[in-house]
Amino acid sequence: MTDMTSSVQSTFQRPAQARRDIGIKKRYAAERRFKAYGVTAILIGLFFLFVLLWTVVSKGYTAFQQTAITLPIEFSEQIIDPKNERAANPAKLMSANYPLLVRDALVKALAIDPNNKALVKKATDMVSPSARTQLRDLVVANPAIIGTTADVALLAEGNIDSANKGQIDLTVAEANRKVNDQQLGWMKTLTESGAMAKQFNTGLFTYGASSRPEAAGIGVAALGSFYMMLIVLVLALPIGVCASIYLEEFAPKNRLTDLIEVNINNLAAVPSIVYGLLGLSIFINFAGMPRSAALVGGLVLTLMTLPTIIIATRAALKAVPPSIRAAALGLGASKMQTIFHHVLPLAMPGVLTGTIIGLAHALGETAPLLLIGMVAFVVDYPGTPMDPSTALPVQIYMWANEAERAFVERTSGAIMVLLIFLVVMNLGAILLRRRFERRW
Amino acid sequence: MKSLKLTVAALVASAAFAGVAIARDQIQVAGSSTVLPYAKIVAETFGETFPDFKTPVVESGGTGAGLKEFCKGVGPDTIDIANASRKIKDSELETCKAAGVTEVQEVKIGYDGIVFATDSGNAELALVPKDLYLALAAEVVVDGKLVANPYKKWSEVNKDLPDVEIAAYIPGEKHGTREVFEEKVLAAGCKASGATDAIKGLVADEKEAAKKCVAVRKDGLAIDIDGDYTETLARIASNKNGIGVFGLSFFENNADKLKVATVNGIVPSTETIASGEYPVSRPLFFYVKKAHLGVIPGLKEYVEFFLDDQMIGPDSPLASYGLVPAPDAEREADRKAFADGGML
Repeated sequence: MTDMTSSVQSTFQRPAQARRDIGIKKRYAAERRFKAYGVTAILIGLFFLFVLLWTVVSKGYTAFQQTAITLPIEFSEQIIDPKNERAANPAKLMSANYPLLVRDALVKALAIDPNNKALVKKATDMVSPSARTQLRDLVVANPAIIGTTADVALLAEGNIDSANKGQIDLTVAEANRKVNDQQLGWMKTLTESGAMAKQFNTGLFTYGASSRPEAAGIGVAALGSFYMMLIVLVLALPIGVCASIYLEEFAPKNRLTDLIEVNINNLAAVPSIVYGLLGLSIFINFAGMPRSAALVGGLVLTLMTLPTIIIATRAALKAVPPSIRAAALGLGASKMQTIFHHVLPLAMPGVLTGTIIGLAHALGETAPLLLIGMVAFVVDYPGTPMDPSTALPVQIYMWANEAERAFVERTSGAIMVLLIFLVVMNLGAILLRRRFERRW
Repeated sequence: MKSLKLTVAALVASAAFAGVAIARDQIQVAGSSTVLPYAKIVAETFGETFPDFKTPVVESGGTGAGLKEFCKGVGPDTIDIANASRKIKDSELETCKAAGVTEVQEVKIGYDGIVFATDSGNAELALVPKDLYLALAAEVVVDGKLVANPYKKWSEVNKDLPDVEIAAYIPGEKHGTREVFEEKVLAAGCKASGATDAIKGLVADEKEAAKKCVAVRKDGLAIDIDGDYTETLARIASNKNGIGVFGLSFFENNADKLKVATVNGIVPSTETIASGEYPVSRPLFFYVKKAHLGVIPGLKEYVEFFLDDQMIGPDSPLASYGLVPAPDAEREADRKAFADGGML
């Protein structure tokens, strides 16, 4: 009996002991450790994201302001049109010596001896050479301005702009600086009189590429990117959706379709420069399309985006429950009607999300554009997609390689604009999904 | 479904062949990244001065890549001008001729200096090609034998140089600058150190011997920079003892961050380079397709405008950016050569 009780006791005790030994503590500890790893991973990610955003924003926010020098410009007939030929030959107004107008206004504003050539040159160097076109455009647009005096806000030269924003180290010896003490003195005079002031840099958004930082902007590049995105959307969306509907709904499951599927998945991982090579040999060398054109860029990016869109669309089609198809077929709909009336509309949020993410990816690409000549200095706005143009990330790349200090902030400023575009696109994708997504 | 697919196919096809017949009204330029900033200034000013013509499109990508594109053939889908930071090679000219580009005009725009610079916090540095050769060569002659470069510090090469590890950021092999660096610095230094003759004695093949002179060490002390000068600048900012190779114009734009080294005791400047005193300089060129002159609107005007004194003269925007203008007579001769249509 005692034997039995003891054995009963031990059988009662053993599971209890075993329960204590199954390592609850250890497992909880493992769980806590795993949570800690997860949090660390997220924190590391957030840290680098913060560092990235911080370096870009802290360097780039100044790019949205530009120093301007407002001077009373006397549109003297003596200088613009001394022989009074403008009625007979309006082209004369195009080639007049406009920098002289700036020189005279500066000499007056700073009270410099006009005969001291070296000093006058130092003063005129403070105003961007773009003043020539700025004044010319004013006169050509409104010839009646000749003979009058008007206040014109002229762009300050890039180095003056940098100095005004405190980006030039003034402790360095004068000879090693791009802005000398005399110019700093003038800057002070002009700022005190209110002639020199920082204003919002609209030029950053409207100008094309320029060798002068103060006149450089992302306008042309943004239009080029817009053309390319349009081409990608118009071509990649229908081709991608058609291909995936066929593969998902109609194609027989055999070796061939398996092979196609594997290839599509592989293509999504091909380095983008390869698409550039393909574009160069097919579109430019074989089809004879123009170099540097947004059309070729758009076609190359279409090829690059297609696999992304096809994969996303197929996943979205797969996610539509078979009961929907069965119900439609049961009610007498044809296969076409089932797909286009029921399956595709339900899959649309997924398709659009995939498309937008593909577009955002294409918007940020530079590598495939290098070989088709779109990494280029383009000043004029492209009228059509056939004209030479560049893209936003290309403009950033080109500015990053410039020697002038003022391009540093513009590079970061352009990165900010590109990031904003990307955030808006991704946000759009999320909103679309939220708005139209159906759950079963 | 089928018709939709057909329309899409037709769309792609029509887009693909729409480009064939289009004539170009814009000059296209590609090539050297050293010439790029100058070409950009000229292109921009050209567009402003001649409102009838569109502003030329200037691509970057390197001398070799530009010339390759240039030699693809004649026609509106090929570029008109290739910028080059070295002379065109015979092999490249042959490729050109084989592709139908038989008439190529060479245009010299001026000179560019190659400078050695360190971080602005360092002491003055005086270099000679011999020291640079000994510090950077892959193999040097020691006791009559070719051995892997044993020097780790500048002071081991020359007692007067600082006692710091050798770290040199030199242009990568795709840059035209590299060739000038090899020829004017390494080959010259090889000769000055007496290694040229010693190597000739050791290596029978003459070409091999010449190659040994300009081979750069690969043990991590000489670092090839394949990017632009901004990358070299960033490397020097992070390694204060590093020495970088820059173009004169880039150095002048960043003179507050860099300290330039003298070569053979000469401080690089527009004057010393123009006079030929400073040894490491090279002419800059561009090449024009003669078949395109008169076909592409504005091409002739662009070249003439580029050669004008208001662009490349002593008191021009290019000179103030850092180009070293050729002497007056030489510029005049270059203009005449273009007008005469002298070909390669």
